[in-house]
Amino acid sequence: MLTTALIGLPLFGALAVLLLPAPKEWVGSLALFFSLAELALWISGLSRFDFGSASIQFEHQRPWISDLGISYHVGLFSFSIWLVGLTAVVMAAAIAYALWSGRERANAYYALMLFLTGAIVCVFTAQDLILFYVAYEAMMIPLYVLIGVWGGARRLQATFKFVAYTMAGSLLMFATIIVYGLSHGFDLTTAQASGSVWLFLGFAAAFAVKAPLFPLHGWLADAYRESPAEVSAVLSGVVSKVAVFGFLRIGLTKFPDSTHDLRTLFLALSAVGLVYGSLLAFRAPDVRGVVAYSSLAQMSLIGLGIFSQNELALSGSVLQMVNHGLISTALFLLAGVIEMRTSTGVLARLGGVARGRPILASLIVSIGVISLAVPGSNAFAGEFMILAGAFQRGWGWAIPGLVAMVLAAMYMLRLISAVLHREVGEAVPKKAPDVRPVELCVIGALLVAMLGLSVWPAAISKHSFACLDQTQTTSTELNVSLPAQVGLACVSGQSSTSGATNTTTEQAR
Amino acid sequence: MIKTPPIDWLTLAPALALLAATLASLMTAVLVPERFRKNVSWAACLAGYAGALAAAGVLFDRSAHAHAVIANSLFRDRYGALAAMIVAGVGLLTTLVYYGERSATDRFGERFALLASAGGGMIFFAQSANLLTLFLGLEWFSISLYVLCALERERPEAIEAGFKYLIVGGFSSAIFVFGAAFVYGASGTLNLAQIAGKAASGDLLLLTGLAMILTGFGFKASAAPFHTWTPDVYQGAPTPVSGFMAGATKAVALVVALRVLTVSFPDQEHLWTTAAAVLAVASLVVGNLAALAQRDLKRMLAYSSISHAGFLLLAVTAASSLGARALLYYLIPYGAASVGVFALAALHERERGEPTTLDNLAGFGWRRPLHGIALWIFMLSFAGFPLTGGFVGKVYVFAAAYQAGWTWLLVVGAVATVVSLGYYLAVVRAIYMRPGIDEHAGADGELPMLDRLLSIAVFVATVITVGSFFAAQPLINLAKHAASQLPF
Repeated sequence: MLTTALIGLPLFGALAVLLLPAPKEWVGSLALFFSLAELALWISGLSRFDFGSASIQFEHQRPWISDLGISYHVGLFSFSIWLVGLTAVVMAAAIAYALWSGRERANAYYALMLFLTGAIVCVFTAQDLILFYVAYEAMMIPLYVLIGVWGGARRLQATFKFVAYTMAGSLLMFATIIVYGLSHGFDLTTAQASGSVWLFLGFAAAFAVKAPLFPLHGWLADAYRESPAEVSAVLSGVVSKVAVFGFLRIGLTKFPDSTHDLRTLFLALSAVGLVYGSLLAFRAPDVRGVVAYSSLAQMSLIGLGIFSQNELALSGSVLQMVNHGLISTALFLLAGVIEMRTSTGVLARLGGVARGRPILASLIVSIGVISLAVPGSNAFAGEFMILAGAFQRGWGWAIPGLVAMVLAAMYMLRLISAVLHREVGEAVPKKAPDVRPVELCVIGALLVAMLGLSVWPAAISKHSFACLDQTQTTSTELNVSLPAQVGLACVSGQSSTSGATNTTTEQAR
Repeated sequence: MIKTPPIDWLTLAPALALLAATLASLMTAVLVPERFRKNVSWAACLAGYAGALAAAGVLFDRSAHAHAVIANSLFRDRYGALAAMIVAGVGLLTTLVYYGERSATDRFGERFALLASAGGGMIFFAQSANLLTLFLGLEWFSISLYVLCALERERPEAIEAGFKYLIVGGFSSAIFVFGAAFVYGASGTLNLAQIAGKAASGDLLLLTGLAMILTGFGFKASAAPFHTWTPDVYQGAPTPVSGFMAGATKAVALVVALRVLTVSFPDQEHLWTTAAAVLAVASLVVGNLAALAQRDLKRMLAYSSISHAGFLLLAVTAASSLGARALLYYLIPYGAASVGVFALAALHERERGEPTTLDNLAGFGWRRPLHGIALWIFMLSFAGFPLTGGFVGKVYVFAAAYQAGWTWLLVVGAVATVVSLGYYLAVVRAIYMRPGIDEHAGADGELPMLDRLLSIAVFVATVITVGSFFAAQPLINLAKHAASQLPF
């Protein structure tokens, strides 16, 4: 029931906010209240969550379309609860930021934001393929309008690209889900693994667009640039994680053969995306461009971890998903803070922002330094685990990661110096104030979360896949795919047999 | 002395209710004083549709065992009863919308009489059990619609629409009846249930007849390549009538087509499934690509209805119980959304006094927030987005096509859906994202009586569209009971 409450609360909040006849401050405050309530609900769930158990928890199932074996089935695994938490944190931060920046047409705006929250949580918790698809598409409905109505000058173009890319991917996934579901079952906890490469590619197309993976990132820059700052934050902070989650929850568990056979392809795409994204971030002319392309690079890095398919890399990927969610949210909100003061994000017209604005400068520097994975930071822990895991897969895969870490330092320091240092840019008004208390609260809270994870990254990395501790001794030898039936939990010896059994049954059919 | 067969009045009840309403509405034109005429004839039509809906519901409940009645001329079964319920439901909502339609002259009696008559004909058509009653029903509703399209003869577009519909529709009826004659010649019987097996399965006469009958259905369902009349007729006809044609005519045409094909031509299944697949692909391609180029909302919706004929034909192609279920289920949210979206087009057209285009829809969503949300929901339902019944319909249609082995049609369907987003989202873009004229800001609270009826219809349509997503299983059970009476 808790899971249903996590989905239902924001949806109910959306309705309440939509219908509240009040000034926009009140409407926004109500929305913030709901998003904080969501966060509290998640924390209460976290405190009761049993990380020692490999099975699904807080499960809730109701019949929906029993004719085809489709049901409303939700529940949490130890890795998905972190992503739900990330969603709650990022959405609360985004709504708080929007409240401060005073979005017009408040009822519609906040209702859509809360609706989006519910949809994203539903994606992370869905245990039925149709429900997963429903939530996956339901995210598009608010995002389309959020970008298209409240976005920047070229928003219509951005929404068109965004929709064209993502829908082309997800409708292929729709057809794939029907084919897969009718032959293997729609329920993810009981569906059998499939050996079909085509079905895997159907899913992969949707996820690769959404993540995005190179070369399907064409929509990324426009969407991230034209959205309102907090919507960009949500897009890169949590919506992109949905795709990686899809690879993890569906790709690895349901298509062990295909992910094994196509591993090199996806590792290569991730590696290219990692270096290419970093290079683009280094060349990007504006703040959001840097953050957007760094997001591409980071998502590719996480992809590298997922497709390395060993425990180290997978745990690192979950940790890095949360890390990157927090970092890119903070960076996009900072981009918004800068744009609000200077009405531009173009680096050439910025500079010297640090002068007289110590708090803003400290925030940018500290978050920037974390994002370039300085040793000791949470991002370092995540990247290190991913690269170590990739190294186990084949030492060559760690090289692009290493290159990208150097590039990350280059583009992030370039960003910091272009915004904060040098002589005062033409677009920077003298009177532009330092960070306001509200902004400090929002971004500061994100920073505190990052620092917390820096101190204790194992909070996530050791609590993502339940059997990790027992199997650590053998983990270096692991090159098996994740099992289909045990909900990802045990990446252990038994899984190889269960995966193999599935495959044989598949072939027997 | 002529021996009359026993009459099963319950089977006839839905059509009779509408026939009675037709008579009552028509008589108001001479018997009722002018100032009450509109209301009385409208109320008669509304009561007729409500009665037909109720009667069809009772008929559904009491027809657990399908059989032919009244000298084997009509089927008494749940399949026909569910089709009758869909028609009556669409008709009921259309009546609500039609009340406020402006008219240069006082022809209210005729207007509502024809609307009721068309519905009655469709129900009769959906229940027919032999080729003659089938043709009778076809002509009954078609002639009513021809006149209804051209009723506003002061508008040249209405005359054009009526005339085009008459010529093309008459032509298609002729092809249909010609085909029926061939089938009769080959099999020696008019009774649908007896045609099967009477002639050799490769009999050329029978096959020609089958092809011509299929063509006739294709015209009525506006499936490509028999769709050419659709855009002009939908654009020129009174807007509520266009919604009625999209929601009801297409529904009965496809429901009856599936019945005739499965009951009378089971031996030729491999032929007509292939033909349906070809028609489906043609409709999906033509409908979706042409819709992209439209600026006029009604024209765009006409092409969208062609593409929906394509999706529905995918269900026919499956030729399975699941396919029949998919077809019947799909028609429920589709019918509701069709009436709803044409109602909104009518609302906008009445407020602005000009045809609704994507350009003058700018800002509609902010001007009328609730109607805007409804329009948004209808568009999402047409596009098969989640949270609307259109999504579940698509799941079912795709599932049926896949189970029947038409996997490549799934890919065509998926690509067609991507293309369709281009024009469905164009409407959403128009109503929310283009700067609009705020002249009617906040007018929602002060709607006159006319628009309130329309708003009720839109509200009901929205509830059905969204409700059929969440409560899909009860509706699917209806479709399942109905579909189980077809011989698969």
